[in-house]
Amino acid sequence: MAALLLSPTLLVLGLVVGYPLLAAFRESLYRGGDALDADGFMVSGDRFVGLDNYTEALGSRFWTAFGNTSFFTFTTVAIEVVVGTAMALVMHKVIRGRGLVRASILVPWAIPTAVSGLLWRWIFQSDGVANEVLATDLLWTSDRWAAKIAVIIADTWKTAPFVGLLVLAGLQLIPNEVNEAARLDGAGAWQRLWRVTLPLVKPALLVAVLFRLLDALRMFDLPFVLVGPQKGSVETLSMLAWSEANQVRYGPAAAYSVILFLYVVVIAFVFVKMLGADLLGDKRKKGASA
Amino acid sequence: MKRALAMGIAAALVVTGCGTSAPEGSGGNDGRGPITFATLKDGTGTVPKLVEAWNAKHPDQTVRIIDLPEGADGQRQQLIQQAQTKSDTYDVITIDLPWNAEFAARRWVTELPREQFDLDGFFAAPLKGSDYRGKLYSIPHFTGAGMLYYRTDLLGRAGVTPPKTWAEMKAACAKVLALPEAAGISCYAGQYDKYEGLTVNFSEAVGSAGGEVTDDSGKPKLDTPSAKAGLDFLATGFRDGTVPSDAITYKEEEGRRAFQQGKVLFHRNWAYIHPLMNATDGSSSVPGKFAVTVVPGASGPGVSTLGGNNLAVSAFSKKQATAREFIKYMTSLDTQRAHAKGSAYPMTRTAVYQDPELRAKYPYLPVLQEAISNARPRPTLVRYGDASSAIQEQVYAVLGGKTSAEQALSTLQRQLSEIAQGT
Repeated sequence: MAALLLSPTLLVLGLVVGYPLLAAFRESLYRGGDALDADGFMVSGDRFVGLDNYTEALGSRFWTAFGNTSFFTFTTVAIEVVVGTAMALVMHKVIRGRGLVRASILVPWAIPTAVSGLLWRWIFQSDGVANEVLATDLLWTSDRWAAKIAVIIADTWKTAPFVGLLVLAGLQLIPNEVNEAARLDGAGAWQRLWRVTLPLVKPALLVAVLFRLLDALRMFDLPFVLVGPQKGSVETLSMLAWSEANQVRYGPAAAYSVILFLYVVVIAFVFVKMLGADLLGDKRKKGASA
Repeated sequence: MKRALAMGIAAALVVTGCGTSAPEGSGGNDGRGPITFATLKDGTGTVPKLVEAWNAKHPDQTVRIIDLPEGADGQRQQLIQQAQTKSDTYDVITIDLPWNAEFAARRWVTELPREQFDLDGFFAAPLKGSDYRGKLYSIPHFTGAGMLYYRTDLLGRAGVTPPKTWAEMKAACAKVLALPEAAGISCYAGQYDKYEGLTVNFSEAVGSAGGEVTDDSGKPKLDTPSAKAGLDFLATGFRDGTVPSDAITYKEEEGRRAFQQGKVLFHRNWAYIHPLMNATDGSSSVPGKFAVTVVPGASGPGVSTLGGNNLAVSAFSKKQATAREFIKYMTSLDTQRAHAKGSAYPMTRTAVYQDPELRAKYPYLPVLQEAISNARPRPTLVRYGDASSAIQEQVYAVLGGKTSAEQALSTLQRQLSEIAQGT
């Protein structure tokens, strides 16, 4: 009976998740025509190439992109968690103009990423605001280490508010009595933060981190718009898939996408297992029934 | 009830799915009737007016404009998507000149019978670039060549004439930059960010040194002294400060800003920036203080790289007879004259450049005509995109000081041979 009731959900999931996945996997085992016939026309039709697309994908460009993707993911998520939590703590304490503060903190999150990429490109151009304010002469959008920093800054600006909001929601669930009790027991502000607030806000924080991890691993538009395609210092796995697809090589593009998908799955799995992110609310249920 | 609804939706999906799959067959595609024209957005509103004029004369074969996304990447992606799904949404499409070979080889555009088009009077190079294996696949709509912009006020004060060679340009810089009012100015800049513009600037440098990136059969020619001289001109420019170091981030707009803020003396760019830099609303600090000449070369005037867009008939269009006639109309001399009066895009027929009214309006036309006449198209390769990426990768590394010019050119020679051979 339960299966029957769930069947519409499963059907929709199969259509919008299962089918594209399988189709992408199938695509990654084929290669489109790339030879010309005697008249100069491309021989059409896909041919099965097994895992060739995968073995050829694992070149130096792939490992650079893999390294960038991982580097961006771990640095941006780490910074965003710290900044976002700080923002949440501030928002939690604000008494007057609460709504206004929260709404304004959400603005970066509401701006489409491609547009914020453009905004930051203006800021980071050679005669832009960033160089003016920092009194530097850095070429942020050229293919160097500065480009990595530019992407990290822009991404933090954009997504720290998201972490902040999720953590704020967690903070508001903590009953005031807990904090008061800790205070009566003589705990200082620092102790209350580390021993009371953060442990209680951990479930919300973990969900935020997981969301951000999965999002950051697929990072595409920000480095693409801010710095540009084909730049080794910021090229991510998604950008690699895009550049193959743009040259009408869907097989290799699909192979990159499948590799990225597997990477995301592994990271998500490890994260949920190791840190025990309580995504499904199992613990709370157990706690209630106990 | 719910199941009936679901069945209904599924049935509707199946039916519409069938409706969009085009019936194959050679006879059915050459029809007439209302068509669409997928093109780049025209900020001046001239193209819609030209289309209206066509529509008034052909009420049963009206043309509807569909805007393609801005930027070559978006435009390309959109066109490929339509071709991959064999959609007949687009009848006449606008492609970049270097895509001609690829679109022809993939059978995304149809061959155009030469006798149906009035091909006399076009610039030779863009027309040649519209061929693939001896057959015509598109008609040049806009063209363009790089020109050298220079500051007339500063050159005049230093008493130097516009340079024809790289050596003359450097000598002119030495004199002008010694002037007290030229303090802080750099000598020269083109477009050197890692994008299509870098391929253009590189092949322009190689061409201006007397070489070529690929010969007529598509074979790379980068193991030559002239290719080395061309790349060296750019590389030493960056090393000795002739080119400002932040030019490694320049695309067209960044370069234009640098020139119109008075930061560079000589600047390589397209014609479109001319009216913008002459604006007297305060956005430009050089209106009336600059002029153009042909790009300089190693031992005489240089060879520019062709830009431009072509019009082609989508292979999936069912009204190809109308589509061909509309292209003929859009590229006729009368239409091009009217078009040039409304917008500054460089047209593809030489007669337009002789029009006195237009010459008064666009003073750079004689120089532009000379530049286009001597210009060379980018390599005609089916895998042009891969070739351009390879060029960008190597040249960018040389300009950034990460590889030597010899190393980069020998790598490129090998890569481009593979790319040309694979196709």
